[in-house]
Amino acid sequence: MQTILEVKNLTKHYKQHTAVNELSFHVNQGDVYGFLGQNGAGKSTTIRMLLSLIQPTSGEIYIFGNDLNTHRNEILQNIGAIIERPDLYKYLSAYDNLSIFAKISNMKADRKKIMEELDRVGLADRYNSKVNTFSQGMKQRLGIAVALIHNPSLIILDEPTNGLDPQGIADMRKLILSLSYEMNKTVMVSSHLLSEIELIANRMIVIDKGKKIVEGSVRELLDPSKTSLQIDTTDNDLAFVTLQNTNWTGSLVRKADRIELQISKSDIPLLVKHLTESNIGIHALQPRHSLEAYFLSLTNPENHVEPVAN
Amino acid sequence: MLRTFFLSCLLLFSKSMLAQDIKGLITKVRQKIEKVNDYEASGKMKTNVAFLKVPLADVNVYFKKPNKLKLKSTKGVSFIPKGAVSFNINNLLSEDFSIIDAGTDKIGNTLVRVAKLLPNDDNSDVVLSTIYIDPVNNLLLKSKTTTKESGTYELLLSYGKYSEYGLPDKVVFSFNTKDYKLPKGITFDFETSSDNKAKTIKSNKGVAELLFSQYKINQGVAESIFK
Amino acid sequence: MWSLLQIELFKISKRPRTYLSFAAITAIVLIFQLAFKADGKSYMDLMLQNVQDNFELNKENAINGYFMCYIILNTLLVQIPILVALIAGDAISGEANMGTLRLMLTKPISRSQIILSKFIASFIYTILLLVWMAVMALFLSILIFGMDDMLIFRVKGEESQILQILKDDVIWRYFAAFGYAAIALTVIAALALLLSVFAENSIGPIITTVCIVIIFTIVSNLNVPVIDKNVKPWLFTSYLVGWKGFFYIGTNTEGQPIPGSIENWPAIRNSLFILIAHIFLLLGITIAVFRKKDILS
Repeated sequence: MQTILEVKNLTKHYKQHTAVNELSFHVNQGDVYGFLGQNGAGKSTTIRMLLSLIQPTSGEIYIFGNDLNTHRNEILQNIGAIIERPDLYKYLSAYDNLSIFAKISNMKADRKKIMEELDRVGLADRYNSKVNTFSQGMKQRLGIAVALIHNPSLIILDEPTNGLDPQGIADMRKLILSLSYEMNKTVMVSSHLLSEIELIANRMIVIDKGKKIVEGSVRELLDPSKTSLQIDTTDNDLAFVTLQNTNWTGSLVRKADRIELQISKSDIPLLVKHLTESNIGIHALQPRHSLEAYFLSLTNPENHVEPVAN
Repeated sequence: MLRTFFLSCLLLFSKSMLAQDIKGLITKVRQKIEKVNDYEASGKMKTNVAFLKVPLADVNVYFKKPNKLKLKSTKGVSFIPKGAVSFNINNLLSEDFSIIDAGTDKIGNTLVRVAKLLPNDDNSDVVLSTIYIDPVNNLLLKSKTTTKESGTYELLLSYGKYSEYGLPDKVVFSFNTKDYKLPKGITFDFETSSDNKAKTIKSNKGVAELLFSQYKINQGVAESIFK
Repeated sequence: MWSLLQIELFKISKRPRTYLSFAAITAIVLIFQLAFKADGKSYMDLMLQNVQDNFELNKENAINGYFMCYIILNTLLVQIPILVALIAGDAISGEANMGTLRLMLTKPISRSQIILSKFIASFIYTILLLVWMAVMALFLSILIFGMDDMLIFRVKGEESQILQILKDDVIWRYFAAFGYAAIALTVIAALALLLSVFAENSIGPIITTVCIVIIFTIVSNLNVPVIDKNVKPWLFTSYLVGWKGFFYIGTNTEGQPIPGSIENWPAIRNSLFILIAHIFLLLGITIAVFRKKDILS
């Protein structure tokens, strides 16, 4: 499989801190590559370095086999990107925005092509409206049209679901999948939500504090070796108290409609038996991935979990 | 300045004021100019004043008996020197002068008779007028007038083809000017620091030179021109 | 590059603030013309000071279109830098603020090209402002007040002077002066563009540009010998009024203006060189800084 994007020992120092630290990863052709990390983990800095918005302190970036330093324009010609919000010229119409970005992408975009694109994202009837009259979702769609107008082969999306309502998030997910499966684009998408990445990506990387934690196939990474469970019982309060007194469960969390806990795979029968013996019926028992547990632990250091090894 | 010139002329014609020997001379001068009821003269004016950088101006002079005189530019913008602010022809005519024969002098190569005129009225702005007359051609060649308010004026006159009417071809009028100073910071000027600092000697003398090329004599001048 | 420039001009043309500048010029010029139509003689009296004791001036001829334009330029060219800064100061920072800068910079165009196209667009805008000024302040004034010889009131060193330029000798000086003003204002545009690179909203660079111009102008006009000698030559604002040099007509030994002449062309030429050097320097710094800049907006 051809490597589309390769990053080697990428580092970015700011005065006081290191945003990205010796980061290496690669994206293959056809991947939907998940770029996962908490806010402030260095995702945006990395993506901005990939798009030449930020100058790396050290390290190398190769895209389409070429060094970004020496083949910048050639490379960018083939990349479409949305970085955080899809910001556009608010005082211009949807048509003008698209036309401008087509032109600076060296596209000879005629009226037909632009209207086609607008139609594809459902904005054809609003082509002449100024962007400042658009809803967030419409802006997002126009942003996508802008990112795709020049038919790039690699698409980089930085937190594309930020600020979107559930419908918008679902639409975005659909779009990313169609980009990959229908249009054969390579997509790199960053998020701070594992659930998002899990649903769309085939490969992923997790970074924290600018360092790679893990990189690999989503299926493999999320294959449970250590398991985290969600259980819902006839009496969650009682179950919570009961389980607190055992020594084979950990990281017990009482949620409104469930209990979350860490357990080794081999102890699951024991758990079932223990609850049954305590006259607690089990409505649902769902395994959660250790990666997610790790991820949760990042937001809550008290529940610290060691990251899974690749 | 022309006004001053004509005033001086008119002064000469007040026979009663003149001493006997110079009277005949002045009468002859007067007889010449008496022939002129009005005239319109066209010419050029060259102004030489330190702060005024102006080109030659095309001017017309209009005269009508007894004492109306007007200097006008025919085109463009022009600075016309005022005779003297305090000079008032009518007043002067009614004023009494004592005439002193001041002998002879030379202007260029021409021998001239000199007369001094002193106003008898102590309130007159004119303190003293000195006139220089060419006794051969009966022409006024120079006058010098000292005033209380505006210093001293000097007129130098040269004659050509209109000398039979006593009308000059060239008049040089010298007068005092006041300092011109613009309020600082009002103009935002572009200063060129390369200016050589050798200060030009500041002169408060202004000179206006009038060269007349043509007179239209006694062809009538509209009254409205003098307004 | 050409299409990039077209895009920049298109963006400028679509912004309301662009037309605000033209409206401001129109308003100021009209106010001037109205005021002078009503009471231009008072201004003349002020400028003539006590000259009127010795001279009579045909003021209605002196207050003509040429004279008006000079008076208006005298005032407006102090304020026009604000209008130039309004566009040039916004060029990068405005896009950073809107978020379009990062999108633009992920496109296959070099950062130098972006700066150059924005600079040229600001330059063209400046030219258009000046053309509009020429239309309003010169041609409209000529229409209202007519054409005649032009008087220049000027302080030269310790002296004050009144210069008179013949009617037929004026218009080329205005063309030259507008050309000079275009270069002078382009320095402002280059400065605003440079400041624009550092900011993420357009208010900062616009205000800073204007402050620099005001402070430099004040220092330039302090009339303190030490400053005049050591500081003034280094302030670009000292050269902004150089357009006036075209109206300082040369005189002969008798003090009469020589038609078609300029008193001190070398001084104007040097000022032009200095201004052009400023443009290249500022533009060079802008490109250098922008090429290295991390886009975090």
